[in-house]
Amino acid sequence: MKLDSLRKFGRSGLSFFERLGRGNILFVNILMGIPALLLRPGLIIQQVFSVGVLSLLIIFVSGLFVGMVLGLQGYNTLVDFGAEESLGVVVALSLVRELGPVVAGLLFAGRAGSALTAEIGLMKATEQLSAMEMMAIDPVRRVLAPRFLAGFISMPLLAAIFSAIGVLGGYFVGVNLLGVDEGAYWSQIQAKVDFDDDILNGVIKSIVFGVVITWIAVFEGYDATPTSEGVSRATTRTVVHSSLAVLGLDFILTALMFGES
Amino acid sequence: MADNSDILVKVRDLHFARGERMIFDGVDLDIQRGKITAIMGPSGTGKTTMLRLIGGQIRPSSGTVHVDGQHIAGLGHSALYKIRKRMGLLFQNGALLTDMNAFDNVAFPIREHTKLSEDMIRDLVLMKLQAVGLRGARDLMPSELSGGMSRRVALARAIALDPMIMMYDEPFTGQDPISMGVLVKLIRELNDALGLTSIIVSHDIAETCSIADYIYLLSNGKVVGHGTAEELGNSSSEWAQQFLKGHSDGPVPFHYQARDYLADLMDGSGNQKGAANS
Repeated sequence: MKLDSLRKFGRSGLSFFERLGRGNILFVNILMGIPALLLRPGLIIQQVFSVGVLSLLIIFVSGLFVGMVLGLQGYNTLVDFGAEESLGVVVALSLVRELGPVVAGLLFAGRAGSALTAEIGLMKATEQLSAMEMMAIDPVRRVLAPRFLAGFISMPLLAAIFSAIGVLGGYFVGVNLLGVDEGAYWSQIQAKVDFDDDILNGVIKSIVFGVVITWIAVFEGYDATPTSEGVSRATTRTVVHSSLAVLGLDFILTALMFGES
Repeated sequence: MADNSDILVKVRDLHFARGERMIFDGVDLDIQRGKITAIMGPSGTGKTTMLRLIGGQIRPSSGTVHVDGQHIAGLGHSALYKIRKRMGLLFQNGALLTDMNAFDNVAFPIREHTKLSEDMIRDLVLMKLQAVGLRGARDLMPSELSGGMSRRVALARAIALDPMIMMYDEPFTGQDPISMGVLVKLIRELNDALGLTSIIVSHDIAETCSIADYIYLLSNGKVVGHGTAEELGNSSSEWAQQFLKGHSDGPVPFHYQARDYLADLMDGSGNQKGAANS
């Protein structure tokens, strides 16, 4: 009995490392496909549309509401100390440093990551990928690489849009509804948000998240068991794993970027 | 058997296992240039696997597959993709790209592999679609095509790059008599008109025998008979007779391997696993 559970443990460990290995090999293969892809911008644009542009609505709406909530909560706390002038900084820094990349990443994983996995998994299940191989077209380069690159391009842009809309949402609640001074809101942001420390670090975070989410998504789709159950499981795994990866990596990146100051 | 230069695909002592299950256990095949060769056998004998081994999508456990003199399992990525340009494989379900219409599906390999102008591609695609009789269906999406039609579009796509070898995976399965007749005629005509070498994997005996120049019968991972349709029909092998005539019991038993029936029924303790572990 004991031996059995040990064996099971060993087997799941092995299969974990096997998957990790396959994922890394796939990552390298995708990267090798990218130079040739740059000569065919049409393919990338098409994918940026379906991965990025189609995610815009959810990013817009969520960004707006997150910003509005930040404005409300921030105001309620700051007003006790008579510091409601700083509302702009609170909203902007929260968004640019943390919430922009993280929440946009989570939404991106749910909206675009799951769609990528399902699409690629179904292409595998219906032998479309196999058919491409037999037509001497490498599906990793033709199907996976453009999607990966599109995620890499879209994610930082979506995170930036999320933050910008959020700042406007905070402005709407703080200035229009709660009566914070308009000039103070903007000038505080201008004075306290640093380009290198805050904005650039946020952009780096969102790039890392974009790479990790799309990598997980295309790998799960490509590695899915080619059945309807397999595809559904792979889609679930994409959302769960990439969300956890975003949150975990966010902590590590935050510690590296802001830990010392 | 013909001399070496006439043999396009040469399979020698092929072994292939999936997990514990042995799919091929020492198979030798010779596919002759310019001929239609059929590989037949009951479902689950790995006929499709054979096509994937020839196409290099999977590697044999041991043994060799040579296509046009090249050792498939030993080829690197780019050499393998190069030889695949000269192979066409018609998938059982067609495997059309679902986000493009019939025209773009046929144009897909041409666009990927050549730098021809759109005018030229249009002419080529229309010629291929004309060959399968679906020039009028070029604007339909795969979801709007019937099973037989999507198989024909897939066939047009598979011959788009003028391959030297064309492989058909169960081309007749699930077709109505008319589309079956159309496919039989197409396979024969394409083979002769384009100078192809064709390999058909099938268990539809009548249709396959009517066009195949040479037939291999596979069972339990081995070649159990080969010859022309006529030779096999006259063969004394019990197995070949059972398969070709479709008897339900014979060398291939009706019952899946199981333990003794009576003992199974009397065993009330509820061992549901059957014979596999007993």
